[in-house]
Amino acid sequence: MEYFNPAEVLERERLEELQLQRLRETVDRLYEKVPFYRKKLDEVGFKPGDIHDLSDLQKLPFTTKDDLRDHYPFGLFAVPMRDIVRIHASSGTTGKPTVVGYTANDIRVWADLVARTIVAAGGTPDDIVHVAYGYGLFTGGLGLHYGAEMLGATALPMSGGNTKRQIRLMVDFGSTILCCTPSYALNIAEVMREMGVSREMIKLKAGILGAEPWTDEMRVQIEEELGISAHDIYGLSEVVGPGVSIECGEKNGLHVFEDCFIPEIIDPDTGETLPPGQRGELVFTNINKEGLALLRYRTRDISALDVSPCPCGRTHVRMKRITGRTDDMLIIRGVNVFPSQVEAVLMQIPGLSPHYQLVVDRVENLDVLEVQVEVSPQVFSDEIKRLEELERRIAEEVRSYLGLSVKVRLMEPRSIQRSEGKAVRVIDRRKM
Amino acid sequence: MKVRQVSVFLENKSGRLYEVCKCLADAGINIRALAIAETADYGVLRLIVNDPDTAVRVLTQENFTVSETEVIAVEVPDRPGGLAGVLAPLYDANVNIEYLYCFVEKSGESAIVVFRVEQIDRAIQALQGSGFTVMREEDVYRI
Repeated sequence: MEYFNPAEVLERERLEELQLQRLRETVDRLYEKVPFYRKKLDEVGFKPGDIHDLSDLQKLPFTTKDDLRDHYPFGLFAVPMRDIVRIHASSGTTGKPTVVGYTANDIRVWADLVARTIVAAGGTPDDIVHVAYGYGLFTGGLGLHYGAEMLGATALPMSGGNTKRQIRLMVDFGSTILCCTPSYALNIAEVMREMGVSREMIKLKAGILGAEPWTDEMRVQIEEELGISAHDIYGLSEVVGPGVSIECGEKNGLHVFEDCFIPEIIDPDTGETLPPGQRGELVFTNINKEGLALLRYRTRDISALDVSPCPCGRTHVRMKRITGRTDDMLIIRGVNVFPSQVEAVLMQIPGLSPHYQLVVDRVENLDVLEVQVEVSPQVFSDEIKRLEELERRIAEEVRSYLGLSVKVRLMEPRSIQRSEGKAVRVIDRRKM
Repeated sequence: MKVRQVSVFLENKSGRLYEVCKCLADAGINIRALAIAETADYGVLRLIVNDPDTAVRVLTQENFTVSETEVIAVEVPDRPGGLAGVLAPLYDANVNIEYLYCFVEKSGESAIVVFRVEQIDRAIQALQGSGFTVMREEDVYRI
């Protein structure tokens, strides 16, 4: 199979006609159904029917994660709740998660998008798709699952963790496509070695890896150790989840499925749209979504667009691998973490000082987050067991709040560097 | 009957113990006994000093995290069975010992055991009831 949906190879001219038509419909519908967008569009003097050209998109206002938070949980949905058949959520910048809703049709479109990504990675209906992304509110697990089923492949809903069992079933069932974070793929390779499972004993041929930034060096390592072709998949729950873009066999950028999303690169400071090839903040507009459709959603991810034709035959523009963020969000084992969230947790524990630091490192191919907290006289005890209780309590609060296990390290007062201006909250020792 | 122990939080970093001791030395404070409990990342230094008030003040000034805890110091004969003998009444009185450390008195005839217990008053009663000398605060500081 070269592609899953004929839309992937639509001539540019036809594709852009389709985009224009869908953009117009989306804007008109949002104006009518979502008070937030009506107000925003009114502010810039925009009326239904004002979209005449794709470049008119640049006149529309941006949407940010804060807008989603301000309308928590369902305030930006464009359909009544009875039409929503699924909810997913990801971390917000503070207490409230970012909530997304899907109609039955959205679920079908999403599954179609993910099926396209599996095919782009070399998948067919004969494959056994081993989904080791987490199942739950996170879009990774269920996203890949529905895509595999849409393709007609066999979905194996492993979810994350329990690596030895993952490997045993991979051997027994003959999984052919592995879906997980790139760091977890390396972790699986390492545990395979420990278990004495060679790459000849598994049938994996491809990896659909994403939900965290990675490098070409990691790709080489993963491909060698698992004997697979590793493909970068990109997505974010606000826009749909995994399936926004995927690397084809060329592995030279990720095709953005432009019949569903219009990508732009903007200057994060001025908001000005940048020409193809220039690096800036990635912005998406949903043009084929009912439940939650966002106009010019600012992802805070840094990338660039490549409009040159791809030898694979797909006509959709390619985005460069994500190289960073314009905010302080960290992605740890696929979980989005804002330092402000950790701070909120720490501040709930009486006596803890507001001085903390997050140290991210990659240990044996897995990201680890260490939360360093200064010990104030109020929480200090001469008994080690009380200090250990405090560490456990902090770790447990962070885990229940962020869904992420962390190591807590107690520090002496003033040992965390004070800065003159914005405090340095994060030390990222991972080599990207 | 209760003795004030000064506890200091120490990260596992070279030179930190020295800095605590230097700080106390500069203030003319004499350390009578000390013990360190350690984990992989940090330690807790427990000190009996001749002047706990000054010790707490100067250490706090130097930004150390300090706390004061009440402990008891008991004189125990320096011979086999000495410690077992003093533990018996505590065991009988159902006193939980968090930790203890010992030092030998200058005369060398008896050892002094510092106890950190959960039920301090009950411990004092039990020890005195069994004929042990629970040392007075000022005597410990003066050793």
